[in-house]
Amino acid sequence: MKIHEYQAKELFRNFGVPVPEGSVAFSPEEAAAAADKLGGFPVVVKAQIHAGGRGKGGGVKLAKSRKEVSSLAGEIIGMNLVTHQTGPSGQKVRKVLVEQGLDIAKELYLSILPDRATATHVIMASEAGGMDIETVAAETPEKIIKVFVDPLLGLQAYQCRQVGFGLNLPPAALKPFFKLLTGLYKLFAQYDCSLVEINPLVLTADDNVLALDAKLDVDSNALYRHRDIQEYRDIDEEDPLEYEASKHNLNYINLQGAGNIGNMVNGAGLAMATMDIIKLAGAEPANFLDVGGGANAEMVENGFRIILGDENVKGILINIFGGILRCDVLAQGVVEAAKKTGLNVPVVVRMEGTNVEEGRKILAESGLNLITAVDLKDAAAKIAEIAGNA
Amino acid sequence: MSIFVDKNTRLVVQGITGKEGQFHTRHCISYGTQVVAGVTPGKGGQKMDDVPVFNTVADSVDKAGANCSLIFVPPPFAADAIMEAADAGVDLIVAITEGIPVMDMLKVKNYLKSKPCRLIGPNCPGIITPGQCKVGIMPGPIHKPGGPIGVVSRSGTLTYEVVHQLTQKGIGQTTCIGIGGDPVNGTNFIDCLEAFEADDETRGVVMVGEIGGDAEEKAAEFISARMSKPVVGFIAGLTAPPGRRMGHAGAIISGSSGTAQGKIDSMKAGGIHVCENLGSLGDLCAEVFK
Repeated sequence: MKIHEYQAKELFRNFGVPVPEGSVAFSPEEAAAAADKLGGFPVVVKAQIHAGGRGKGGGVKLAKSRKEVSSLAGEIIGMNLVTHQTGPSGQKVRKVLVEQGLDIAKELYLSILPDRATATHVIMASEAGGMDIETVAAETPEKIIKVFVDPLLGLQAYQCRQVGFGLNLPPAALKPFFKLLTGLYKLFAQYDCSLVEINPLVLTADDNVLALDAKLDVDSNALYRHRDIQEYRDIDEEDPLEYEASKHNLNYINLQGAGNIGNMVNGAGLAMATMDIIKLAGAEPANFLDVGGGANAEMVENGFRIILGDENVKGILINIFGGILRCDVLAQGVVEAAKKTGLNVPVVVRMEGTNVEEGRKILAESGLNLITAVDLKDAAAKIAEIAGNA
Repeated sequence: MSIFVDKNTRLVVQGITGKEGQFHTRHCISYGTQVVAGVTPGKGGQKMDDVPVFNTVADSVDKAGANCSLIFVPPPFAADAIMEAADAGVDLIVAITEGIPVMDMLKVKNYLKSKPCRLIGPNCPGIITPGQCKVGIMPGPIHKPGGPIGVVSRSGTLTYEVVHQLTQKGIGQTTCIGIGGDPVNGTNFIDCLEAFEADDETRGVVMVGEIGGDAEEKAAEFISARMSKPVVGFIAGLTAPPGRRMGHAGAIISGSSGTAQGKIDSMKAGGIHVCENLGSLGDLCAEVFK
């Protein structure tokens, strides 16, 4: 789960990771009041959305007066911010973070994340801060320091030194940096983070280190033990259909593209492969939807509703591998769900597995616009034909 | 021959009295698996059908001779269940549970380094040696006993699809393993490929990957350097958008790494017969393994 910068900075403060003074504001008036508390200018007004690249998109501005703070906040709040991470449709800004300006000597990079290949926690740091770290990794990999922390032992003092000296910090900044890194690691481990990232981490003219930006993602599977993080969820930042699907425990991803073929599949791998096969047949998938290994009638019904909520959808492909779940039971579920949702687009159903003949018979005799496919290739060809006619 | 499980496997089911545990235990038994024990803390002394239930995995090992554990414990307690099984001394642990926090699995994975056991999963369908032993939730009847092909996959129903296509073409399987869709798992592709390479009865392998991580790239290097048997590969997720978790926790393209195209390119370079259209996988296998 993603959270906002201002929320991540709240957590940073709790763990002794220094951040600039500042507070969140929902209106130009609140922004001006927030600037008053900082006791000086310039201040920075930063759009709060769940996407990176905000500065380049025009969502981060420097203000030299109280008047400028409220006028900039007025421009940013309500704007549709488009960044490389939001997609072309952008994301509406509903709040800004108002922060003190700093006297920056150097911009650095620091992050911690689980490393799946080594089963450790990896700390990544670089003197090339403020830039996209993927670019740094691709062009100048020697500028990235990686330190691997044993999850059973936790961060050791020598590892802090490896990072601190590796960053060529001035001697006076080392102690504050060790404290920052220790706090950041504690936060990372305690809150089941899938990423904590500070880009840039700034070294000030007076040898202090602060997190100028803050990015923090929490492992969704661990949210049950972090009630306080659940409170941070911001539904405005989520696709409405994806939010609806999450309420029904459905794995749905709206592909936000030109796709017009909805698809519903049991199992994540098969769902991805089904999207791929739609594309190979010359059509475009509109979504990913995994109804789970043990799909039932209710889940199929919810799935139909969510897919049909996307007005681009002109046809649906259902691909179910009925293993222990019998195909006749599934077919019955599809028919019931189709009747209840008042299905108004053609549906191609490909079922395989136990009792498949009975299942196909139920679909054929339902009197509904359900087209049966015998195998995957057949299903893809039939759905592509529908897409071609749509 | 087969790998990891066979007719001598003596299974204990952790979480046997839960809904999932009961259901799948019965299916394993009807397939012919020797289920010798179950574990549910606090229900020791009871029975699930004819299977004796113990309080601890250690008891099931001591008293019922279990050597393999199948785990249906809910995510908050699953890491603990895996470590308990390892500590009790079973040889193989198969964790079906989906949704274990990554931090827990990182600890488990490091804990297991000092234990002489193998973990399959989590978030997987399990492992089956057709005609001998089923340790998992896969539908038994789609499999064809007797080999000669091994199957290894990160997915569940996608594996069933692959196995079904093999069986339809008259190609049997030695052992089919789902290694799971989580970012941090136990047994990986290379472990399975190595075992299949060493297994006399296995004559070729189907390997099913998906977006995220670099396990397929590493497997491709291994195949190119160390395997003599032919491998057919498939990767799901060519149309997956970057930065999104596609159902499986581990199925995510991070920046420019973990893409399906990158994996397909590595696999082709490693000499793997890559199938680009899932609908034609059975045909390709019939050709490669003839």
